[in-house]
Formats: sequence, structure tokens, C-alpha cells
Amino acid sequence: MAQRSLKGIAVVGGGPAGLMAALTAARHGAAVVLVDENAEPGGQLRKQIHKFFGSKAHRAGVRGYRIAQELISDCTAAGVELLGQSVVFSLRECTLDLLQKDDAFNLKADAIILATGASENALAFPGCTLPGVMGAGAAQTFVNLHRVLPGRRVLMVGGGNVGLIVAYQLLQAGAEVVGVVEALPYLSGYQVHAAKIKRAGVPIWTSHTVLEARGDQEVQEVTIAAIDDHFHPLPGSERTLAVDTVCLAVGLTPLAELAWQAGCRFCYQGALGGYVPLHSDNMETTLPHVYVAGDIAGVEEASTALEEGAIAGLAAAAAIGCPVPIAEFDAAQERLVSLRKGPFGDIRQLVKSEIVKRWADCRVVE
Amino acid sequence: MRITNHPLLGPQPPVNLVPLEVDGQVIWAKEGEPIAAALLAYGIRLCRTTKRRGEPRGVFCGIGHCTDCVMTVDGIPNVRTCVTPVRAGMKVTTQRGLGQWPNDH
Ligand code: FES
Repeated sequence: MAQRSLKGIAVVGGGPAGLMAALTAARHGAAVVLVDENAEPGGQLRKQIHKFFGSKAHRAGVRGYRIAQELISDCTAAGVELLGQSVVFSLRECTLDLLQKDDAFNLKADAIILATGASENALAFPGCTLPGVMGAGAAQTFVNLHRVLPGRRVLMVGGGNVGLIVAYQLLQAGAEVVGVVEALPYLSGYQVHAAKIKRAGVPIWTSHTVLEARGDQEVQEVTIAAIDDHFHPLPGSERTLAVDTVCLAVGLTPLAELAWQAGCRFCYQGALGGYVPLHSDNMETTLPHVYVAGDIAGVEEASTALEEGAIAGLAAAAAIGCPVPIAEFDAAQERLVSLRKGPFGDIRQLVKSEIVKRWADCRVVE
Repeated sequence: MRITNHPLLGPQPPVNLVPLEVDGQVIWAKEGEPIAAALLAYGIRLCRTTKRRGEPRGVFCGIGHCTDCVMTVDGIPNVRTCVTPVRAGMKVTTQRGLGQWPNDH
């Protein structure tokens, strides 16, 4: 297998965290290679056509795909080398094994930043494997980025922000959304998003679940039912809807295979989507010179992924000997903390501190 | 179905359409879009059938992770159509089971 050695940093994943990490490290003088599996980098920012919330420092009011465009051109200007359509299939210490088209080679770097993101959770019910049942995020990519409708009549499962936003964007794109089903007795997504689909007349069924999807070769109908406090379906409440698509917006799980493989220590944090690699406030894992940023380090939002990317970029650059003023770390940390506000943000901040504590404990023992 | 006019994104910008052969039929695809997107534009949602029970599978994750969307592309089986860009003249076939390599009998 061909070998390549890089005096610098290899970043895996070109979404918000990876782009920001690559850009930040390159701006501080590091040689950076950014590896991404897709034809073009940008990750999930590319399909985000709604405006960001929050403050000016966090690019409020800017649509996600524009942020991706800016970051990509800034990366190019800063000298980041982009390896597109490249799959990383292993990580040992600071060496990546890569498959680019049909060529396999390995890339040894001085530091690694993993920014591989998250994957959507599945939901098990009879018929859940039929074509037409898909992740809500997957449907969003087809609609907003590739501009094709995955189906005409859609049931959305999940009333969090992803479910509500994608339901609205499906409507905007001309699909019919027959309803939103949520197992909890309330919607957990923001009120603004819920209001938009309610105004459009989309029924919202809380305390409901999907029982079954049916169809010959693909989805043709779906049965839903009300559930009790223990999430058991209530007999007699079943209702069958003619749909060709069922979108699942039932949470995300960090995509952390490379970190597992490399031997990073993990902990389970339900509030962040599952097992996450332990990391310091500087986003370093329990392995020296291996960093994480964005959803792999715990599922949050694009805005937090950008800030974690900035921190990982600064820390990795400093670790390989680039001069990084300490004030920049402090400023990035402050911006990150300011994003974790409100009931959900407070929990995430708490859990993140717990992760950092566990990371420090590991370091002391070893 | 293609979204020709989007309230936020505006009309579809002019694109280069290229032929793509799907199970022997020619469809027109945008060069560079994922194969799966080109198929969805024509309402084609079945990508493969499973090895033992022959159950249908189609796009699920859209990010190259679940492998439900694999098809045989230019004779190579198990190609993830959600992350593989269309090139002019590609030949795509619905895959049965694990598919067949060109020199496999
Ligand atoms: S849809 Fe999951 S790999 Fe393509």
C-alpha cells in the first residue's frame, strides 16, 4: 500500500466541525489535509436552507449552505489540501488508511482531528426496511441539495427539531405531509418550527407511534396508533394512512468507529446520542494528538460543531508546534459555552463537563 | 420527481443532463448528482433485494453508512448509490443479493 507522510494535521470529515478545524489550524501555520467521503465537502451544512439562530458571532441569519461555501473557499485560500471522495477505513495512532476511488494508501500525520459527524437512528417496526422508509435527514438532503422529492405523500415520525424542520421543508418543496407522529405527549422541537407546520394545516399526533408500514416492493400505507404512558399501543386507536414515504427523525448517534478502532476511551451519554470519546476542553481524546470535534464528540448542533472545530484546530496546531495565542482558546471556549444555554443547552453543558472530568481521570491513571 | 421551482432556492439552475442506463432503460440524470438522486427523480426506489429472502431495499441513510442503497454499477456490485456521483453513460442494475463480480461464475 502506498504511504504518505504529512508534517501536519489530517482532518477526517468535511462538515462544519472538520471545515472549521482545518481552516483554524491552517490559519495558524499548520499544513492540513482534509479528507471527505463525498464528492464535495460541506457535510450537513449543504442541505441546510434555513437561517441560523443565535448571535452575530454565530452567523445568525445566514443559511447553512452559504456557511459551507464560505468555509470551503476560506480553506482553499488558507492552503488546506482537500482529498474528496476518500473513505478512511482505519486509524492507528496517527496513521489513516484511505481508499480514494480504487486506490488504497496510508497517510501518517503529526495529529488527527476526527470530525465524522453522526448517523440517524432507525426505528424497528414491521415494514421498516421497505423502500420509502428513510431518515428525515436523508430526505432533507435529496430535497434541499439534490432537488428531488423522495416521495409525494410523507408521514414524519418524530417531533423534535429535525422532524419539524424537515416536515416544513418537504411542504415547501411540494410534497404532501400527512402528519407528524411523536411518541412523547409533547413536541420537543422549537415552537417556531412547530407553528409553521401547524399553520400549514399538518396534523400533529403526540403520544402516537408507528405500528407498521406495508406495500408491495415499497411503502404504500402506514398504520399509526395512540400509546399509553408506558408507550404501549391503545387497542382501537389504529389509523391507516396512505403514504409512499415514512421519514424517521428519532435522534442521531455519534459516528465514532475510527475512534473506537484507534483505542480511544469512551463513555455513554444519552443526552449526547450514545457513546462518545472522552475528550478534554481542548477536544483531545485519551490518545495523544488525536482530537474530536462536532457530533462525534456528542450530538449537538452545527453552531457548536463550528466552535468545537475551531478549538480542535487551535489545539492540534499548538500540539505540533505552531504558535497559538492563549487568548484565542479562551475566546473560542467562551463562544462555545454561550451556545449551551436554555434547558437543552444546560444539560449538554453539564454532560460535557462530566466527559472532561472522566478524561482527566483517565489521564491521571495512565 | 424533480423540484423545478423552489420558494426559497428559486428555479432549478440549468444543468447538464446525461444519459444513465438503469436495468436497460435510459433515464436522464444531472452529471455529478448521486445515482440515488437520479433514480428518485424518476420515482425509482428499489435498489436491491436481499440475499436470502429477496426483500426489497432502497435509500435509508443517504450518507453512505447503511449500505441499503447498493446497486451494481458498470458491472461492479455493492456500489453505494447515495454517495456515488453520476457519470455519463453509467450502467446501473438492481442488485440481487450480493451481486456478481464480472469474472465470477
Ligand atoms: S442509503 Fe445508506 S448507504 Fe446509501
